[in-house]
Parts: sequence; C-alpha cells; structure tokens
Amino acid sequence: MMDPRAKFIMTIGIFSVALLFSNIYALIIILLIQLPIVHAARTWKKWAGSMRAGVLLAVLIFVMNFVFGSTLVFSAAMTLRFVALMSAFSIFFMTTSPDDLGLALEQVHVPYTLSFTFTTAVRLVPTMALDAQTVIDAQRSRGLELDKGNFMKRIRNYIPILIPLIVSAIRRSIELAEALESRGFGASPNRQPLIVLKMKATDYVAVALTVLGAALAVYVYLYVPLPTPNVPITMPKIFPWF
Amino acid sequence: MIQTEGLRFAYPTYPEVLRGIDLTVSDGEFVAIMGENGAGKTTLVKTFNGLLLPTAGRVKVDDVDTRESSVARLSKDVGLVFQNPDHQLFSETVREELAFSLRNFGYSEDTIERRVATILETLDLTRYAESSPFVLSGGERKRVALAAVLVWNPKHIILDEPTIGQDYQQKDRLRNFIVQLNAQGKTVIIITHDVEFVAECRPRIVLLSKGLVIGDAPAEDLLSDEQLLEKASLTRPQIGALMHQLRDFGLSNHMIDVYSAEQAILQALGRRT
Repeated sequence: MMDPRAKFIMTIGIFSVALLFSNIYALIIILLIQLPIVHAARTWKKWAGSMRAGVLLAVLIFVMNFVFGSTLVFSAAMTLRFVALMSAFSIFFMTTSPDDLGLALEQVHVPYTLSFTFTTAVRLVPTMALDAQTVIDAQRSRGLELDKGNFMKRIRNYIPILIPLIVSAIRRSIELAEALESRGFGASPNRQPLIVLKMKATDYVAVALTVLGAALAVYVYLYVPLPTPNVPITMPKIFPWF
Repeated sequence: MIQTEGLRFAYPTYPEVLRGIDLTVSDGEFVAIMGENGAGKTTLVKTFNGLLLPTAGRVKVDDVDTRESSVARLSKDVGLVFQNPDHQLFSETVREELAFSLRNFGYSEDTIERRVATILETLDLTRYAESSPFVLSGGERKRVALAAVLVWNPKHIILDEPTIGQDYQQKDRLRNFIVQLNAQGKTVIIITHDVEFVAECRPRIVLLSKGLVIGDAPAEDLLSDEQLLEKASLTRPQIGALMHQLRDFGLSNHMIDVYSAEQAILQALGRRT
C-alpha cells in the first residue's frame, strides 16, 4: 500500500512528461512504463475496463486530428498522449480510495472544507450513476427513444436525461450541506487526524524515480533530437480554412 | 391484461430480485402491490413496460410478449409514473413538460394542446401551466409527474408510491381520482406502503416478499390476515386494528374502512342508519 501522496506525485510526473512530448516514440515509452505499475498494483482488469471506456474518445481524437490536417504519425501521437494520460489517472484512482485521497489532501494542508468537498464528489459518483439509470428509465417510459433520429436529434435526446440529473444533484448537495451544518461541520477549526500518513521507503524510492525520470525527460526534450517515423500520409485538405 | 409467467429477474452481479412470479392483472382491475423494502415491487412493474426484460419466464401485455416490443410502444398502453418526480421533470414550463410525451408519441400539435389543457384542468394544475416545474412544491411536482403520464391516456396505469409527500387532503383527492380512473375502465396498479390509503380504496392486494408473491387477495381479507402482515412487515390499518380489538363484542374483524366499520358498529349498538 503506497502513500497516496507518493502516488499523486508519480501521476503528476507522468502527466507532465506526457504533455511535454508530442513525439510518438516518447509517448509510446510513457505508456509502456505504466504497464509494470499496473502489474504491481494487480489491477489489470479494472485498468483494461477504463481503457475500453476511453476507446471512443481516443478514436475521435485520432480522426479529428487527421481530418483537420495533421499527419498520420502526429494524429497517432496525440491519441497515444490521451491514452497515456488516461491510463495514469486510472491507475491513481483505481488504487486510491476516496478516504486515502481525503487524508492526503488534508495532510498536505489543503483546507478541510475543500478536501471534504472533493472526497464527497468522488463518493457520490456511484449514486449519480444509479440516479442516471432511473432518469433514463423514467424518460423512456414517457416515450423517449434515445437512439432515434439524426446526429443532432440524438444529442438533443439527452437533454431530458441531463436536466433532471443536474437538478437532483444540486438538490442533493443542498440537503447534504444543511445536514452537515446541523451536525456541526466546521465547528472546531483544528482537526486531529486519526490516521497520520507516513511515507515509507518504497514511497521515497517511487518519488525519487519519478523526479529522476522527469529530469531525464526534460534533458532529452531539450538536448536530444528524437527521430520521427516518416509516413507522409495526410488527408487531402477538405477544410482549407483550417 | 398484464400477465407474468414464471417471471424471474436479476440485475447483473446481484442476487435474483424476482424469483418466479405468476400474476395476472385483468383489464380494469385495481391492484395494490405491497411488501417490505427490497421485495421487488418496483422491479416488477418495470417489467410491465419492457424497461426490464425477464431473465427467465415471460411478461405479456395485452397478449404481446414484452421481449417482442419496445419500451416506447409498450408505454403507450402501460403508463408508469415513477416515485420521485425529480427524476423526470426537465422542461421550462409545466405545459411543455406535459407535451413532451405526446410529442414523443407523434401526436399533432392540435391534439397536444387540447390534451394538455384537459389534464391540467383535471389535476388542478391549470394555474401552474406556465410555471417552471422546479419551483413547485414536492406534492405539486408529484402531480405534474402524474399528469405527464395520464396525458396520453394509457390503458393501464401504474403508480409507484403515489402517496409519499402528499398531505391528507391531497391523499383524499388522489384516492378519489384513482378510483375514478378505475371506474372509467382503466387498469390501475399502485405500489404502496400506505395501509391506510389501501384500506380506504380496497383494491386487490398482491403481497410481495423477497421476490415472490406471498399473498394475493382482496384488501379486506389480506389486511386482516395477521400472519401475512407480519411476514411482509405491514401492520393492520387503524380501523382494522380497532375492529380486531372489538371482536369480542361480536363484530367482524374483517373490516378495514371507515364506512363499513361505522355500519357494523351502529348495527351492534342497535341503531339503524
């Protein structure tokens, strides 16, 4: 079990390096170095699940880039960047419980109201998913057919789903706030944590590796010219104004 | 007619919710589905308009297997009013909210206008026609949700917990309204925990427990059956309890509504009405 702060530093490290490079080889490496982490966290199944969930968006990013004039290689690189970023955050959230996250935020002196808001938001996601299903059921019972009509109509079909969902989320958060306040939330400014997070040896190693890796990445970025595969395929310019 | 044969249903990765239900609700019947929390009541009615398809067994609506139809098509005949109105209201005005389903079902603008006006009047909502549904009180939102279904005049009407959040007068009105709908020949199915409400309108009661039907009888029989009530975490309605206390005076303890109890007590007192 790693310290959530160490994990967060690793995630931010991968995140920054992935944003730094737009070279396809670099991005492949950034993606590949995450695989041993997935393995060590024994979370292959969930990781694969969240990668699958991103496929549609990844395809969209690729197609959009390509259609609007990027080269094949660059489009692929941008898609890889997205996949690498998504993978990094999935690993973090799959291995860190909302409670740990809250603790970590609190112990790096984020104000409790903020860290509490954040953990509550994360915790409400499953409830919201349940709500979403009920809303979909209710609107389908009123004759709404989500997959009917052309592209624009299909997007509009989601308005009757989104509005009740947002409204009930707001209602719920107001109720929650009132309930918290009536139970004395924020009454004492100095909270004494029950569990004090402590960095272990592995955590320090992980942080050190992250810092080293990031430094190396910056060095490579500045001084080492990276090759780019030469596949000179682009879309014919169908949108000349782009 | 709504008919289930050996209906079983399970959500993925959860234990089975419905474990073999055989039930027939004829046209024009008035049925209350009761039972403890988690008994499967809402799940059961969601199979009636095809929102949920059986994992085993069959559900037939007017002799059509729900598997061979679509939710939109089934909903035209089976109007399902959900428990929480906040899960479905989304329009800028109540009028628009009511027109939504009619548009989905492809009615003409003329018809839509006429039907919306009528249902607004019927449910005492005309003065809110141009208000946003979100500024209404809980009870009023509930009525809008009900109107939003009744507006397309479905043949079978299912109400999930219609009495929650309603004051006594509204409950009375709701009861009269439901009885009226039923008298017009609609099939009415309500899901409720409210024994007092049921006692006053005396429907057929279908008692669910842990995914099975454990009782199916007229309200006055079922709500005076001590063992069944115990099993389904229900209590007698107050009138039923009173009559039960008075049973040693030669009164039938089979009564659950004010009117019959009054008759019986007056008779026992030796007065004629």
